[in-house]
Amino acid sequence: MVIAVFFFLPVLAGFALSFTDFDIYALADLGNLRFVGLANYVELLQTPLFWKALGNTLYFVGVGVPLSIAASLGAALLLNSRLARFRPFFRVALFAPVVTTLVAVAIVWRYLLHTKSGLINYGLESLGLAPIDWLGDPHWAMPAIILFAVWKNFGYNMIIFLAGLQSIPEELYEAARIDGASSWQQLRHVTLPSLAPVVLLVSVLTMAGYFQLFAEPYVMTQGGPLQSTVSVLYFMYEEGFKWWNLGFASAIAFVLFVLMFVVTMLQLYVARLRETS
Amino acid sequence: MKLSPAAIAINGALIAAAAFALFPLVWMLSVSFMAPGEASAFPPPIFPQEPTLANYRELFAREGMSRYFANSLLLAACATLIALTFNVMAGYAFAKLRFKGREEIFRALLGAIVIPAQVAMLPLFLLLKSMGLVNTYAGVLVPVLATIFGIALVRQYALSIPDEMLEAARVDGASEFRIFVSIVVPTLRPILATLATFTFLGTWNDFMWPLIVLSDESLYTLPVALASLSREHVQDNELMMAGSVVTILPVLLLFLVLQRQYLSGLLAGGVKG
Repeated sequence: MVIAVFFFLPVLAGFALSFTDFDIYALADLGNLRFVGLANYVELLQTPLFWKALGNTLYFVGVGVPLSIAASLGAALLLNSRLARFRPFFRVALFAPVVTTLVAVAIVWRYLLHTKSGLINYGLESLGLAPIDWLGDPHWAMPAIILFAVWKNFGYNMIIFLAGLQSIPEELYEAARIDGASSWQQLRHVTLPSLAPVVLLVSVLTMAGYFQLFAEPYVMTQGGPLQSTVSVLYFMYEEGFKWWNLGFASAIAFVLFVLMFVVTMLQLYVARLRETS
Repeated sequence: MKLSPAAIAINGALIAAAAFALFPLVWMLSVSFMAPGEASAFPPPIFPQEPTLANYRELFAREGMSRYFANSLLLAACATLIALTFNVMAGYAFAKLRFKGREEIFRALLGAIVIPAQVAMLPLFLLLKSMGLVNTYAGVLVPVLATIFGIALVRQYALSIPDEMLEAARVDGASEFRIFVSIVVPTLRPILATLATFTFLGTWNDFMWPLIVLSDESLYTLPVALASLSREHVQDNELMMAGSVVTILPVLLLFLVLQRQYLSGLLAGGVKG
């Protein structure tokens, strides 16, 4: 019931809202509210910043999700190795960034990435590389945010992968060893295929999370430089809660939702194709 | 004991990964003890020359940190209590009580996981505004009242309560409420601890919703206050690192104490949910 009232109803209301010109005048007096049909969507599609935000978000998802999953899987494989020592310690250490407060660590990373006094550039320089203006250069701002996001999130999926790895029956590995498979072949032909359902789950969850990019640009770059880190959600926040164009912002939220839905369905479809082939 | 090359490689890689994960946190702690301006030097210092608590003193004396800390603590505690009550009742009902449309409603709930919370944010804001709850803690708490994740987690666990036990109690004439309080809740205790940790951490770390609902500075939670402080004090690295430490340390400690339960709860809810 509570979820129905405070979640489902608002979702429907949000859909309705996106067909109105709800703005600061309507906020003051509901009499100013007008039904505008698809006007918000039409306007949205003609707003260059929306396309920019969409592109930035897709960039973040397209690069960030595979990187993040690769890091999680790598860490899980290392942790699951029989040769690994101090496993409980490493497990907790690698998971620690996940429980930290995003705003606080975003501030920490902002300083790590600082052009002049940041440790990351100091590291680059001591390797003989030129310093990078991470958060000030439109080409580097999104990669910097991706690096931060991977650091923050990889531990979460790592735990899920670990559980997946531990549920692979030992006999499969034994059989492979008897057939003379090297550890690389065991990884390719036993571990990864058995892990496929977990990979699907993890990529659906991670993708959904990464589409909701907001606090990182809010704290680290405020959408800059040159709007290179404006995400769809950041755009929605500014339109909705800074300029109070709530009808327009609802349209943004719905486009994001439809996009996420389509991408998720696509993933499930591809996974099913693989299964049957 | 001698280590094989493979063992050295794997453990070396683990150490590198742990350094990658922990270094920003250690560095934050170290810089927070530096004198103002010290961290802006080049090359950046790793350890403070003369450790000082000046940044923490400044935060609590001048920037009202104790107030934000208390706000966050109060909100997270309330959220935990409320979410426990609602999620446990709902999760138990979905697992054990027979009512019309039970399976359909639960499936609809699971399906709704794909809907991003932000779609509901704008109308929810208007709803709260018309109820006069904007800029109050009640407004902040509304979305955590019950969560799909929490209900699924409790349901999963409650399914394992034997029906005979509940039937026996009913035969003995116990009321449904009595059964819930004296049989169900004690049996579910481990999952309650997990759920409590999740809710507490989640509320403490949440940013976007409190940012939207709270406009009065004196009501700010730590993340919201920290974000606004960092816009004012862009240059004061040491002060901001101290602020980050104050924000992160409580939840990190809580996690360390309860990590066993937390991680196993993540699996119970994440993989099967």
